[in-house]
Amino acid sequence: MARRGAERLDVDRLLTDPDTGIVVCCGSGGVGKTTTAAALGVRAAEAGRRVVVLTIDPARRLAQSLGLTELDNTPRPVEGVGAAAGGSLDAMMLDMKRTFDEVVLAHSTPEKARQILDNPFYQSVSSSFAGTQEYMAMEKLGQLRAQADRDGTWDLVIVDTPPSRSALDFLDAPKRLGSFLDGRFVRLLMAPAKASGRAYLKVFSVGANLAAATLSKVLGGQFLADVQTFVAALDTMFGGFRQRADVTYALLGEPSTAFVVVAAPERDALREATFFVDRLAAEGMPLAGVVVNRMQVLAAPGLSGSRAAAAAEQLEDRADDADTDAPQPGPTPALLRLHAALAEVAARHEARVRQFAASHPGVPLSMVPAGATDIHDLDGLRSVGASLASGG
Amino acid sequence: MAAPPLERVLDGVRLHVVTGKGGVGKTSVASALGLALARQGRRVLLVEVEGRQGISQTFGVPPLGTAEVRLVQDPSGGELWGLSVEAKAALLEYLQTFYKLGRAGGTLERMGVVDFATTIAPGVRDVLLTGKVYEAVGRTTGPRRGQGRYAWDAVVLDAPPTGRITRFLGVNEQVADLARVGPIHGQAESITRMLRSRRSAVHIVTLLEEMPVQESADALAELAGAGFGLGALVVNQVREPLLPDELLARLEGDPDSVEEQVRADLAAVGVRSGARTVGGLLAEGRAHAERVALERALATQVAALGQPVVTLPALLAGTDDGGVSVLADELLGQGVH
Repeated sequence: MARRGAERLDVDRLLTDPDTGIVVCCGSGGVGKTTTAAALGVRAAEAGRRVVVLTIDPARRLAQSLGLTELDNTPRPVEGVGAAAGGSLDAMMLDMKRTFDEVVLAHSTPEKARQILDNPFYQSVSSSFAGTQEYMAMEKLGQLRAQADRDGTWDLVIVDTPPSRSALDFLDAPKRLGSFLDGRFVRLLMAPAKASGRAYLKVFSVGANLAAATLSKVLGGQFLADVQTFVAALDTMFGGFRQRADVTYALLGEPSTAFVVVAAPERDALREATFFVDRLAAEGMPLAGVVVNRMQVLAAPGLSGSRAAAAAEQLEDRADDADTDAPQPGPTPALLRLHAALAEVAARHEARVRQFAASHPGVPLSMVPAGATDIHDLDGLRSVGASLASGG
Repeated sequence: MAAPPLERVLDGVRLHVVTGKGGVGKTSVASALGLALARQGRRVLLVEVEGRQGISQTFGVPPLGTAEVRLVQDPSGGELWGLSVEAKAALLEYLQTFYKLGRAGGTLERMGVVDFATTIAPGVRDVLLTGKVYEAVGRTTGPRRGQGRYAWDAVVLDAPPTGRITRFLGVNEQVADLARVGPIHGQAESITRMLRSRRSAVHIVTLLEEMPVQESADALAELAGAGFGLGALVVNQVREPLLPDELLARLEGDPDSVEEQVRADLAAVGVRSGARTVGGLLAEGRAHAERVALERALATQVAALGQPVVTLPALLAGTDDGGVSVLADELLGQGVH
C-alpha cells in the first residue's frame, strides 16, 4: 500500500526500545483492539522483551490461543513465545470485581474489609460494568507496572482498554474518582463518621439535610444508610485508592508510555479514532500512532479494477458470440469481477485512511490487511504482528 | 429449535430494544427499524441512552438534546422522532415531576448529589435511563397516565451493547434490592414488569463474524434466562457471494485446472497473464471461498439459535446517502411490522 505522505508507525522500534515500558491500545469496540494488543505482545516477546499483556474481554478462541482458559486475574505464561530471543510473554484477563476486592483487602483491616465487601452498595458498584471496569483496568495496570519495577518480572506492559465507547471513561477514571472523593456530598456523608465533623456539618447543615431528606424520600432510608456505611467504611482506604489513581494517571503521561489508537477503515471507527487522538493530545498523553486494521488488500495489485471488469466483459462477450454449444464463460470472468469488487473496497479504504491522515498530519500510521477469517492462534498473531511492523 | 415466525414475535410489541456487539451497526439497525415502523403510519420515538449522538449522525440533524425532535415525517402520516436520554437531566426531571422540588433541584446539583447518583451509583443511573424510556412507552394523551391514546405507537431503544445489556435492563431489580422501599423501588418494579411483558422485545444485531455471533448467542441465553422477551436476530451487512458455488468448489478441489484456464483466458483478451496476476486472482478467489464458507457456517449457527432471523445487506457507502432508508425497506419486506 502506498504511504501517501503519512508517516509510518515503526512498531518494531517502539517495541524494542528499552525505554518503552507501557503500551496502551485504545479504540472503539469491534476494531480488533484485543487482537492488536496480543499481536504486539507476541512480537515484542519474540524480539526479546519480557512482556505481560492485560486483556479486558478477549474472544474465547483468542484467549485460548494465549493459553487463557480462565479468568483468574493472574498473569499466566504463554508457552512457546519468545524463549529463543530471551523474551517471554505472560497474559491475563481482568477480573474487575476481584481486582476491586483486592484493593479493599489491601487497604483495610480484615474486619473493615468484610464490612465493605458485604455492603450491598459496594456489591453493586464493584460488579457493575459501567465505569468500574475503567477504574479497575487502571488499578491493574498500576499493579502490574509496580510489580515489574519491583521484581523485574516484566519490562513491558501492554494493556487492552475496556470497550467503552468513549475514551473519556478510560482517561477520566482517576480524575473522576478524585472529584468524587472531593465531592461535597461525599464529604458530608462521611462527616458524621468523623469525630470532629460537627462544626463542619453545621456549615452545610441546611443543604445536607435537604440532600439527605430528598435522597431518603426517593431511594428509601435504608439505601442512604447503606451508602453511608459504605462511604464511611471506605473512608480509611480512600487516601491510598486515590493516590494510586493519581500515580497511574501520571504514569500514562510519561514518555515511557505509548498509546496506540486502533481503528478500522470505516467512517465510524475513524471518527472515534479522531476523537481518541485529539483527546490524548489534549491530555498531553504520548501517542505512538494509529493502527488501521482490516484494510482490504489485493493479491493481484498490478491489475486495476476497471481493467479487470473490462476483461470480464470481453470474455463473457466471446462466450456469448460462440453460438454453437456455447461454452460456459468459465471461472475467469467471475474471478475478474471479484477482483474488481475487491479493488473498489480497497480504494475506498485507502481513501478513508488518506482523509484521516490529511486531517492528522504527523500521526504515524500502520495498516493491517483484513484476514479471510478471524485470528485464533499464535501463528495468526505472528502474522498480524508482521503486518503491523511492515505497516501494510 | 424451530424459530417462531417474525410476525408472531413482533405482535403487540411497543418497545423494541436493539442491542449487539460494538461495531455491528446497532444504531443503523435501530434507526432503520424506527423508520420502517413510521412508514407504516405510526408515531415512533427513537431513543439513545449513551450520549453518542448516533441518531443525529445517522439522520443528519443537529445533536439531540433532552427534548424530543422530529426526524422524519412520512407521507403515510407516520412520524419518527428522536431523543437522547441523559442520566443527569433525567434525574432532575424525575425529581421535579414527583417532588416539585423547585429550587431544591439546583441545591442538589450544587451539592454534588446529582453527580453522585448518576455516576457513582450505576444502578441508579440505569434506572433513570430506562425510567425515561418507560415513561415514553406508557405516555398517553389524556390528562393522566393511562387516559387517552398512547402518545407513541412504538418506542425503539438504541441500547447498550450485548456485553452490558442484561445488566442494563435488569438493573432495575438491582436497585430494587438496594433501595428496598421508596419511589425508586416502586419505579424499578414497574419498569421491570414492562420490560418482561409481551409489550417489549430485545432484538440482537450481529455480523457473520465469529465474535459477534458468539456474543449474540451468549446474550440471547442471558436475556432469556433473565426473563426478557426476545425479538429478532438481525444479521447485518450480509454480502452475497461474488463467485458461483461451482467455482468455489473448484477452487478448493482442483485449483490447477482453474489456474490454467485463467491464464489462457487472460492471454486471449490481452490482459497480463504472468504468475503474479494469475496467482493473485486465484489467491483472492480462495480467500473469498474461505470467507463464504465461514459466513455460511455462521449463518447456520445463527439460524439455530431459535429466534426469527432478519438479514440486511451490506451497503457500500454505509448508512450515508439514504442507506437507512434502504435498510428500512428491507425490514418491511421481511415482515417487520
